[in-house]
Amino acid sequence: MVGAIRRLGTLFVNGIWQLGFITRFFWLILVYSGQSFTRLHLTLRELYFSGVMSLLIILVSGLFVGLVLGLQGYETLQRYGASDSLGTLVALSLVRELGPVVAGLLFASRAGSAVTAEIGLMKVTEQLKAMDMMAVSPIARVVAPRFWGGVISMPLLAALFSAMGVFGGWLIGVVAIGVDDGAFWSQMQSAVDFRYDVLNGVIKSCVFGVAVALIAVFEGYDCVPTAEGVSRAITRTVVSSALAILALDFVMTSFMFRG
Amino acid sequence: MSRTTLDLWVGVFVAMGIAALLFLALKVGSISGSDIQSPYTLIARFDNIGGLKARAPVKVAGVLVGRVAEIRYDNERFQAEVVFTVDGRYKFPTDTFANILTSGLLGEQYVGLDPGGEDKLLAPGDVIKKTQSAVVLEKLISQFMFNKAAEGDTAPAK
Repeated sequence: MVGAIRRLGTLFVNGIWQLGFITRFFWLILVYSGQSFTRLHLTLRELYFSGVMSLLIILVSGLFVGLVLGLQGYETLQRYGASDSLGTLVALSLVRELGPVVAGLLFASRAGSAVTAEIGLMKVTEQLKAMDMMAVSPIARVVAPRFWGGVISMPLLAALFSAMGVFGGWLIGVVAIGVDDGAFWSQMQSAVDFRYDVLNGVIKSCVFGVAVALIAVFEGYDCVPTAEGVSRAITRTVVSSALAILALDFVMTSFMFRG
Repeated sequence: MSRTTLDLWVGVFVAMGIAALLFLALKVGSISGSDIQSPYTLIARFDNIGGLKARAPVKVAGVLVGRVAEIRYDNERFQAEVVFTVDGRYKFPTDTFANILTSGLLGEQYVGLDPGGEDKLLAPGDVIKKTQSAVVLEKLISQFMFNKAAEGDTAPAK
């Protein structure tokens, strides 16, 4: 009984410790960002590895999500004789929710895990320590570029996901089923507001980008420097990124879209 | 530092992302905030606003000229006070009539303005005096029933 309470206490204290460490780590990244931006090619390289390499999965998943939304939406809407509103349904659900969230989840498992593995392996092979010895800050050289690479690519990927999804919905709705093309676009345009819907979606994806990138670089930097430790850190990255995305999504939705 | 193929791919990626954002902004959404130029506010009081919500359209002859900015309850008059912004290009006479209408049978509700024939124009912040409340389906039905019942008692007056 005492042991259980003690374990609970340790767990709690460790959690608070972790939270403090991650906050200080975030602050350090911001401080060293200026230094790492003087060598922009480092960030560009990370933009390539997290952004460009995730393009294919994001585009294909966006297309399929759009196709499914088109089919399911049509199936439901035509019961009420409102199949013209298919464009509205597809666009609103993608721009507000599915685009940022699903792109964030995919991004966490595609790019976040790779970043954690890379930094973790650098820690295992003591490259980070070696940099420190040479008076090169590993945060400026390794961590900050990966962080900014993730933060910049996330909103772009989410926008691509949404655009691709709308295209998928259009393919199913207009090309395959035969909803009126004009009604599809005009109903969509009259219902989707740029500031209220699109911009709020972009804000969401930016926040998810910061969360995923921070978790990925932190878990890599903080991992136990063994083979097992790295594999656990990767698992933690994917799990806590997914949880962070879904929890943050609820919080942001609750104050962005309250009718 | 020389240009590499990596830079090219990053450039392609960023360009695609921005193109997607533009697509979302222009083709999927409508930039509604900016198509109302130099807006001014008008106020109308209604006995019942039905399901009218903030950001609902304000239309004249079916053309969108503004949006509802705020809805509040006036506790001295026991009426709903609807504040809406109207595009500065459009002016309306002081005897303009404000209705709450529904687009389609079950569509969203909007404010419809019917301009009158006065020479004086409404200034920013003015109150539209002539208003008609939203049609509440229950009232309409009960009125119809009442009229039917009244018809049954006396001969229909034509």
